[in-house]
Amino acid sequence: MADRLAIRLRGVVKRFGPITAVGGLDLDVPEGTCVGLLGPNGAGKSTTMKMLTAQAIADEGEIDVLGYELPGDSKPARAEMGVVPQLDNLDTTLTVEQNLRVFTYLYRVPRAERRDAIERALEMANLGDRRDTRADKLSGGMRRRLLISRALVHRPRLVLLDEPTVGLDPQVRQELWALIDALRSEGTSILMSTHYIEEAERLADTVTIMSHGKAVASGKPSELVARHAGGEAIEVYGPPAKLREVEAEARAGGMSTRRTGTSVAILRLEDATNGGPPEGHRRAANLEDVFVLLTGEEIA
Amino acid sequence: MSAATQPVRRRRLGRLERPALAGVLVREVINFSSYWRSVTFSSTVEPTIYLLAFGFGFGALVSEVAGYNYIDFVGTGTVATAVLFASVFSAMFGTFVKREFQRTYDAILAAPVDVEELVTAEALWIAIRASVYGCTPLLVAMVFGLDPSWGMLVVPLINFVTGFGWAAAGVLISALMKSIDNFSYVTSTLITPMFLVAGTFFPLDELPQWAQTLGWFNPLHHCVELVRHAAFGFEGWVDLAHVGVLLGFGLLMWRLSIWATGRRLVD
Repeated sequence: MADRLAIRLRGVVKRFGPITAVGGLDLDVPEGTCVGLLGPNGAGKSTTMKMLTAQAIADEGEIDVLGYELPGDSKPARAEMGVVPQLDNLDTTLTVEQNLRVFTYLYRVPRAERRDAIERALEMANLGDRRDTRADKLSGGMRRRLLISRALVHRPRLVLLDEPTVGLDPQVRQELWALIDALRSEGTSILMSTHYIEEAERLADTVTIMSHGKAVASGKPSELVARHAGGEAIEVYGPPAKLREVEAEARAGGMSTRRTGTSVAILRLEDATNGGPPEGHRRAANLEDVFVLLTGEEIA
Repeated sequence: MSAATQPVRRRRLGRLERPALAGVLVREVINFSSYWRSVTFSSTVEPTIYLLAFGFGFGALVSEVAGYNYIDFVGTGTVATAVLFASVFSAMFGTFVKREFQRTYDAILAAPVDVEELVTAEALWIAIRASVYGCTPLLVAMVFGLDPSWGMLVVPLINFVTGFGWAAAGVLISALMKSIDNFSYVTSTLITPMFLVAGTFFPLDELPQWAQTLGWFNPLHHCVELVRHAAFGFEGWVDLAHVGVLLGFGLLMWRLSIWATGRRLVD
């Protein structure tokens, strides 16, 4: 494990009036790794992201980003990181190339390197033949690629991705995953918030699961699954009355369960003490099981 | 994870840094290339209409006002109107849209740009535009007989100082309003009276004393007077006082707009 941290949060608290959005968060992003911040809506992911650029100021706790103490030294930290926002805020009446050019200035790319920086970003976003297209004429996927490459014009050491693929179709998501994976393989540190479990599983070296403003679990996806959801699971389908029955039986037998909407998933089959589970679809436990176990079945 | 963080680095960047201001200005300049036609149209045509309407309408009734030929009086006066329209409205609507709808400011503040730099650069850019647009009434009035003079060369500078103050005032108004619909309250109660009672279309010294006193609190009035004196001869200390008021107005609005925008953009 890397011995230096790109991001370090200790006991971070952020309140909005009577609401505590983040309530004592600890978070580490080791340099050169991709950390997934996973949690349901309202868990405090976006607030956490905003605190990392000092666009929200913590009420308590310590925040270090790239070795700078926030919020006091947030500006030099921001100079070395790239931010991909959840909401598309491209300049819609500007062309692809103009959007990138603006950001080479905002991120202080030296004059002699500006042209190369723009070309590199165009290539990364695979938008070379769209350089003169206005941003509002691009497809959703292209806009996202532009939004990501715009955050990379200055070769940041750290990239914050806030829900990078929310609302996009599967093909586009895969395309973006490839882009993010390429970034990771170059050694860029990444913090990515998401509520897509598959996204975290595929891209993140470690995952921190947030619920109600706190980190409830942290570790490699496989470790989290083993620790919280065990090895094997079985999904049992049936009418609600039957599902309740199955649930009670499984719990009596030392296994844990979770609802999936249409079925009951019985977890930790390996711990069964009452002669095995009922008939159903067997599968390996996954991160979604962990997510639901730790963040609750019902969204508040 | 018990990994130690890196040794704390200190490279405090200063306030109001040139690269940060330049970054925001470049964004505006590049964007301007996509909408300059409409802005230029509204910023120049509207004051010109006022100039022509009053110039010909009143000009037919009165030939001389406060010792000036009426077309000269209105031609120099509407410079301030042009500056006001080109600055305060651009700032109000532009910053509200960029802050609340396009979320442009979120992107800019994620870069190494602070609220102070963002607001300052936005106000500077609008002031530059207002400075140029503010000269159209003079040019139009020249067509109708206003004599050019050397003093008019400082008009862009007067426009810039006035435009900066009003741009910052627009940013402040935008930051204080919850909704873009609320702008009409400010326009009706503050901006329209100020625009009418500034000595643009009629001199303030014919008004009751209280109105004249109020006029001195109207920054636009000082712009009107300065431009007129620039065109027809400066009046020493009086004009210095006008400059002082405009600078004070600009400084006050600048600081207030930074404070109010910060409250809206940083939680």
